[in-house]
Amino acid sequence: MELTAILFSIPWDEILIQTINGIVTGMILALIASGLTLIFGIMDVVNFAHGELFMLGAYIGVVVLATTGNFWLALLIATLAVALIGAAIQVVTLRPLIGRDPLTTILATFGVSLILQNYALWQFGPVARKIQEPFTGHFTLFYLEYPWYRLVIAGLSAAIIGGFWLFLKYGKYGIWIRATTQDRVMAQAMGIPVPLVYTAAFAIGAGMAAASGVLFGPLVGVNHTMGLDWVLKAFIVVVVGGMGNLGGSIAAAIFISLLEAYASIWVSPAQAVIVSFIVLILTLLFRPTGLFVPTPK
Amino acid sequence: MSDAAKDAPLIAVEDLHTFYGKSHILHGVTLHVRPGEVVGLLGRNGVGKSTTLKTIMGLVRPTEGNIRLDGTPITGLPPHKLARLGIGYVPEDRRIFRLLTVMENLRTGLDRQGVSDEKKQALLDKVFNYFPVLGERRNQAGGTLSGGEQQMLAIARAMMLEPKIILLDEPTEGLMPRMVSQISNIIDVLHKENVAILLVEQNVPLTLEASERVYIMEKGSVRHHAAAQDLKVNDAVIHQYLGV
Repeated sequence: MELTAILFSIPWDEILIQTINGIVTGMILALIASGLTLIFGIMDVVNFAHGELFMLGAYIGVVVLATTGNFWLALLIATLAVALIGAAIQVVTLRPLIGRDPLTTILATFGVSLILQNYALWQFGPVARKIQEPFTGHFTLFYLEYPWYRLVIAGLSAAIIGGFWLFLKYGKYGIWIRATTQDRVMAQAMGIPVPLVYTAAFAIGAGMAAASGVLFGPLVGVNHTMGLDWVLKAFIVVVVGGMGNLGGSIAAAIFISLLEAYASIWVSPAQAVIVSFIVLILTLLFRPTGLFVPTPK
Repeated sequence: MSDAAKDAPLIAVEDLHTFYGKSHILHGVTLHVRPGEVVGLLGRNGVGKSTTLKTIMGLVRPTEGNIRLDGTPITGLPPHKLARLGIGYVPEDRRIFRLLTVMENLRTGLDRQGVSDEKKQALLDKVFNYFPVLGERRNQAGGTLSGGEQQMLAIARAMMLEPKIILLDEPTEGLMPRMVSQISNIIDVLHKENVAILLVEQNVPLTLEASERVYIMEKGSVRHHAAAQDLKVNDAVIHQYLGV
């Protein structure tokens, strides 16, 4: 009797809805955090401009969508364009700092983030733009009309991350990236052009951030500060997942997003954010190398 | 190859000065290695043997002096260019890419431009033939190999570059005695492949056995240069510089 009362009191429908929500945001977050952790892992650069690359991707998506009317084209062009911009940023601001104190790269990327933010404000103004989702179908989930597009975001993010993983695992340049991440000196001695690998890794990370910006654009408005929230969460994910650990970041992104989604059943979404910080603090206190990494021997 | 070309040095190092921060490590090192030759570099700890190799590999920039490969100046070139020009480097601590499989470790040197698939296969077949254990463990992570196997992998990995010379830094360090004799075999293998070797070692008997000529360093410069044969009979020199 007691047990059934407890089972009935659990809002199963809400939990299912929030599970789906959590996975959707988790995949987007994983996409952003993958780029961030790739860049950190390979060159020890904490990229404070990552959120602005996400924002820039969304804006380029807005512009291309307005001109061509094709969402998928907008996604592709934004990704490629921001990858190129990322490569240029790396060459101009980070390459000259190789071998310097990591603090200088933090300041450099912070500077880049301010420039990009203010450029967007100047170019597009303070009013949020909207990216129209490519299709507007819904399906019924309990009392909700749940948009298919959200599931497509999760699927596409997973596909991009999966493609990236395959590239790292089997591609010639993927092996170069992993070798450089593990030992940049030995990578050079094996003939791997490490400065070029750095630029390529930054470009890939930037492109992934841009893709998430366009994919997520339809759910939130596009404005010049949209990167801030996301990059903060992505940083939490990267730390909780273990700095530079790709698999850990993906697991942490989904884990934290699910926790926040469940928390928002009982408290407001704004308060639910606190959960991520609690996880962050606990991780730093008890497992500073990251929750999702094997215990160091 | 004419005799004159054979005698021309493959690597010629001249008056090399290297600093780590403010400390002056190399005080004018001069040495050369001819094609296919095994040359030993002996000396106590901290006399600059490893730094000499690192400077040749471009990992440390010399403040003075020059390095030539086949007569072409290569001083100051980045390490990845030197690797492509035919200098292989097997560092002291081996520096296997621990999370990469044996195969992936080899691919870091193999996936160069202008290497056909047949050529790649031939190179792999060759090292798997010399080091069958690497073939058996090709899908195993480098970090899970034993010390001796990692040493084989480090050398096999350098061989993927089809180097003209391998800079071999203390290959026997930390290995079990049984493995040490295997290192001599590996050096023989490289010698057979006509790869020149600049060998830094603490193990004097092994170095004298494997090398044709030996340089002895002290306080950042070369103090003695002799044929390995001569040093075998004249251990006063060894005693003076190495205290053994």
